[in-house]
Amino acid sequence: MSDKPKVRIRNLYKIFGTDPASVLDQAKAGLGKTEMLERHGHVLGLKDISIDIGDGEITVIMGLSGSGKSTLIRHLNRLIEPTEGEILVDGIDVTSYGEEELRQLRQMQMSMVFQKFALLPHRTVLENAGMALRVRGESAAAADAAATTWLDRVGLTGFEGHYPHQLSGGMQQRVGIARALTSNAPIMLMDEAFSALDPLIRTDMQGLLLELQQDLHKTIVFITHDLDEALKLADHLVILKDGYVVQQSEPQHILLNPADPYIEDFVSDINRARVLRVRSVMTPLDGRVPADAAGEVGYDDTLESVIAISGGDTAHAYAVLRDGTPVGMLDMKDLVRALVPRAASNGGMLSRAV
Amino acid sequence: MATYEGLFDGMGLRAWCDDGAKDGPMTMSELLAKAKGGELDTAWYDVPFPSLDNLHAACKAVPRTRDMTSGVEQAFLDVKAALQFVLDPLTQPLSWLLDGSLFLFGAIPWWVLLPLILVAVFAVSRSLGVTLFVAVSFLFLSFIDHYSYSVQTLSIIFVCTVLSVLFGVPIGIAMSKSDGLQRGMIPILDMLQTLPSFVYLIPLIFLFSITESKLYGIAIILYAIVPVIRLTDLGIRLVDRDVIEAADAFGMNARQKLFGVEIPLALPNIMAGVNQTIMMALAMVVIASLVSAPGLGVLVLRGIRNLELGVGLVSGVCIVLLAVILDRVSKASLSRINASQKS
Repeated sequence: MSDKPKVRIRNLYKIFGTDPASVLDQAKAGLGKTEMLERHGHVLGLKDISIDIGDGEITVIMGLSGSGKSTLIRHLNRLIEPTEGEILVDGIDVTSYGEEELRQLRQMQMSMVFQKFALLPHRTVLENAGMALRVRGESAAAADAAATTWLDRVGLTGFEGHYPHQLSGGMQQRVGIARALTSNAPIMLMDEAFSALDPLIRTDMQGLLLELQQDLHKTIVFITHDLDEALKLADHLVILKDGYVVQQSEPQHILLNPADPYIEDFVSDINRARVLRVRSVMTPLDGRVPADAAGEVGYDDTLESVIAISGGDTAHAYAVLRDGTPVGMLDMKDLVRALVPRAASNGGMLSRAV
Repeated sequence: MATYEGLFDGMGLRAWCDDGAKDGPMTMSELLAKAKGGELDTAWYDVPFPSLDNLHAACKAVPRTRDMTSGVEQAFLDVKAALQFVLDPLTQPLSWLLDGSLFLFGAIPWWVLLPLILVAVFAVSRSLGVTLFVAVSFLFLSFIDHYSYSVQTLSIIFVCTVLSVLFGVPIGIAMSKSDGLQRGMIPILDMLQTLPSFVYLIPLIFLFSITESKLYGIAIILYAIVPVIRLTDLGIRLVDRDVIEAADAFGMNARQKLFGVEIPLALPNIMAGVNQTIMMALAMVVIASLVSAPGLGVLVLRGIRNLELGVGLVSGVCIVLLAVILDRVSKASLSRINASQKS
């Protein structure tokens, strides 16, 4: 992971309606989504979005339906035109691109995976996977060779000659991912890529994506409405609500320090033991020597695995090892405290509503 | 005294009426009135509708309906020369195509043409059942000496369908891309489809010589082109938005999108349009026998004109048989396309 972001979104606004420019100033002044619709008949899609998307990281944009997440991802390759704002890819503003430059960007820089797969039904799996290269005008042989490699990689060996309708949903989405990978673009946009799949298949695909990412280090922008999925995949998590960013940070940080009641409600339902890691709740050693440790746990272990080790006994403390050297202590009492969401203790919106 | 004379007198228009008086040829009702002797008596409950003819009776300056229809005719005749000058050379290739194809189909001996047709049928339908049906039907048609008529009809349908598709598909694509063009075209297509088929023939007879084959060619194409335009437009508009979005996201240009995505995905609808076009061409080619189109329609016409019941009925059955053949073959190839792209 490098410090220089691959894509930077700066003060992006999107207003849907007949004359977006006329109401842009009101939006900037802070007019909300509902008021905008009632008073001016325009829909506020995105409001002052600024996000840095790290090179080689998975940035997950999460929000409920209508929060503008699909609108946002389509701005990156300009399937939707922004009303105002900048989108910098490698420091170059793509909003200024003409048609030809834009096509180049879409062909060479960004690939996309879709919620409903969006494969060409009249083409075979192999032809679908090689679509990006064919679009660029590369020879069929080159496209097929690259497509075969990536189809093997996503576990579809032997299905090259099939048509999309002959495959299950999970397999079709593997084709979708192979298609995106074959294009060899450094940026991969995934629009609710796993939302249409069964839970088990979804877990499978998440595993596949993480496994691929370990080798490929693509810059991935992943859209989802599922917090568990977001926490599992994200290096950087952005939470959207009504078109603006509520909070963005490292997922563990959001989980432990939710910025407002909306996010507290969001995070109150998830299995914290499985998501939180030792590093987020341990006490750093600061040069001290670990004393009376009941055992050793890993820096990146989940709390769930620590609980398993401890057998449920909260009296112990464990030494935290990172690459073999002790870096901190984990008191089981801290661990248990971290498992209780802050929202539950002081009453979040959900508990009040019920 | 005509009913409305008082009206014109009351309005002080008598002078204008007499001024503009122009005596056309006598109408039938005037002739009848004259034959009966004297003017027609009209009771109060028999007041005629103030139509052009009735107003004319009261005031000669008002034109009669017949003046209007002859005015339309005159207007058409006035532009005829110009239209002919433009349309005649433009449509001349159609005559060549029709005559050439008629000659070709006629010149190939039956023992070559029939197997050729069967091979073509199998190639597009990939169905032994359909091929067998076509074979039996053609053997029957030939056996009752309707072979050459059927082949003439087929040859005309073939040329007109190919031309309809050639023009109709691009028009349909253009319509699907532009809402304005679609709004403009739909009334025209509606008119082409609802105008009684005989009415097509009337202006064409004036424009072109009745001995030229393009006369019926144009009539058939105008009538048959409508479904393929409509369904191409519909088919392309119905292509899955998600797939189009994916094509955009991977940077396809307009041409790649049209030929790589939109037309292939619209193909089932386009083929349904082609099937309809073939059927409408068949319907029109029978009527076009009125203006010298050869084929089975000529026999039907003979049946009507000479009251040869048998000739008319048998050729009617032959047309039905031909229709079933064309429908089954085009439907079989349509379902073959559908099967290859379920989604």
